[in-house]
Amino acid sequence: MDISCGAHHNIRYSVTMLQFILKRIWHTGFVVIGISVISFFFIHLSGDPVMLMLPGDATDQEIEELRVQLGFNDPLHVQYLRFAAKAIKGDFGDSLYYNIPVFELITERLPASLELAFAAMLFALVFAVPIGILSAVKRGSFLDMSSMLGALVGLSMPHFWLGIMMMLLFSVHLGWLPTSGRGTMAHLIMPAISLGLSLMAMFARLTRSVMLEVLSLDYIRTARAKGLKEQVVIAKHALKNALIPLVTVAGMQFGFLIGGTVIIETVFAWPGLGRLVVQAIFSRDYPLVQGIVFIFSIIFVGMNLLVDILYVYLDPQITYSEEK
Amino acid sequence: MNSKVSESSDAGNMTDILMPTLRLFLSTLKEVVKRPSSMVGGILLVLIVLTSALFPLFMHTDPLAQDLMARFTPPVWQEGGTWQYILGTDNLGRDIFSRMLYGSRISLIVGFSAVLVAELLGIILGLISGYYGGKIDAVIMRIADIFMAYPFMLLTISVIAVLGPSILNLILVLGMSDWVTYARTIRGSVLSIKRKEFVEASRAIGTPHPVIIRRHVLPNVISPLIILGTLRVANIIIWESGLSYLGMGAPPPMATWGRMLAEGRVYITDAWWLVTLPGLAIMLTILSINLLGDGLRDALDPRLKNL
Repeated sequence: MDISCGAHHNIRYSVTMLQFILKRIWHTGFVVIGISVISFFFIHLSGDPVMLMLPGDATDQEIEELRVQLGFNDPLHVQYLRFAAKAIKGDFGDSLYYNIPVFELITERLPASLELAFAAMLFALVFAVPIGILSAVKRGSFLDMSSMLGALVGLSMPHFWLGIMMMLLFSVHLGWLPTSGRGTMAHLIMPAISLGLSLMAMFARLTRSVMLEVLSLDYIRTARAKGLKEQVVIAKHALKNALIPLVTVAGMQFGFLIGGTVIIETVFAWPGLGRLVVQAIFSRDYPLVQGIVFIFSIIFVGMNLLVDILYVYLDPQITYSEEK
Repeated sequence: MNSKVSESSDAGNMTDILMPTLRLFLSTLKEVVKRPSSMVGGILLVLIVLTSALFPLFMHTDPLAQDLMARFTPPVWQEGGTWQYILGTDNLGRDIFSRMLYGSRISLIVGFSAVLVAELLGIILGLISGYYGGKIDAVIMRIADIFMAYPFMLLTISVIAVLGPSILNLILVLGMSDWVTYARTIRGSVLSIKRKEFVEASRAIGTPHPVIIRRHVLPNVISPLIILGTLRVANIIIWESGLSYLGMGAPPPMATWGRMLAEGRVYITDAWWLVTLPGLAIMLTILSINLLGDGLRDALDPRLKNL
């Protein structure tokens, strides 16, 4: 009786879970379409690329011919549908500036940006979690106070300025690290730290407050009362639950990382998508900007979807209803 | 939340919102005073605002005046520095201290105005969404989802690229990119308050919706949001300086913190002060807001922690 009841419950549980996940995927698709529409129209408001593509002495007829050839004379919604139909197949057209397919440029530059983003995330988590735990366990101690003040300072620094300051110290004065480019670990250190430091500060504060909350719960008192070592209580019982919000926030902050690469890559001349998109915007390279914005949003939205799914998986207590 | 539910008030419309906010502000101020770190942050912020507002009135400062004979003068405490240029000069011999002062004005103006725009937009959309519900709610919330998913930095850069860099555009763009959090928070509070008896009673006697919203709903949900939202100024200032760094902030020749950093980056090997001092100014401003904010957040509703 008990078993069948449990099985029944499980089936119902996984059905609602599946429903929730399908709903989230549908929802994500909708958001992606919305983003593509917005970026398409924004970028098309920004001026006429045909004028930039032709030499200054081009005749009106030449201009008109190129416009027809590129399809710029069609109504906007026709242009959008054409863009969308191709984009689904991964075809974002050719870059107006580089004259090669946008998709090729993106696949060429994407690994550099991902490398930077993941390095920054890794740096942030590796340092933030232990700092947060120690601060929570030794609440009110000198260590706690100083690391939380440090975190607040870290949150208050613009990351590109931090990058410049590190450059001043480690490249100009000490000559230890290269100021720009990509290739070796030495190139990665400064961009990753400057991109990751404010995240680290945020994660450390979050870990601390979640740990404080968890450590005051009944089951922790029970674990302690059982005579378990404090280290075991913290590592096995408390940390496991504290990780859930951390994973969520870390996933959601991926969007921040993507935005951050735009500036950090410019500061360190890092050959990724962030620097490419700034150049593309300045040179009014429509197809390239569209392609990059699209890829960035898909990564971001996909990350959020992943976090949502992971979240229901990690914490079966949450409800799947949308109404809050 | 320690704002009392005001069941009826026949006073004018703006005072309905302003008075509770002011009262809440004063009561939180009392809490803040009890925390040394928040006090330090508050005093620092007041000093920064006063300096940027008043200093140029009393002392002759010109952020654009060039003195080509005095290019790359270091700050006064370093060998070769003079009292004429306390914090040194840049590659065109412009006074760094004056430039930082004017830069602080732009950052503070853009920061506070953009937050106002975001709050206004978020509050209006959140109210409509929460109060009326149904289709209009669904539409607004889906738009909010799209805004949340759009890579923020790219949105602002591409819009500024379209509209052209100006202070007004900066305020509008930064404000419009930041309304979602307010809208969601307001919507949540409206959903809970609209089921309260006094609101239902008011509806039952035939009060029109806009009046119910203005008189009963708004005063009860808005105050903590206004105060806490102000802390978003910190983020906006960081974004503004980043945009400025990329050349998309206030147009040249205006001095902004971000542009000073971008220009100084070129001379990083020769003049450390060009890239250090403006960044320190940004950091101190943001730190003071964050210090103050930690206290405010504790004193106000803990549910608004993530704002």
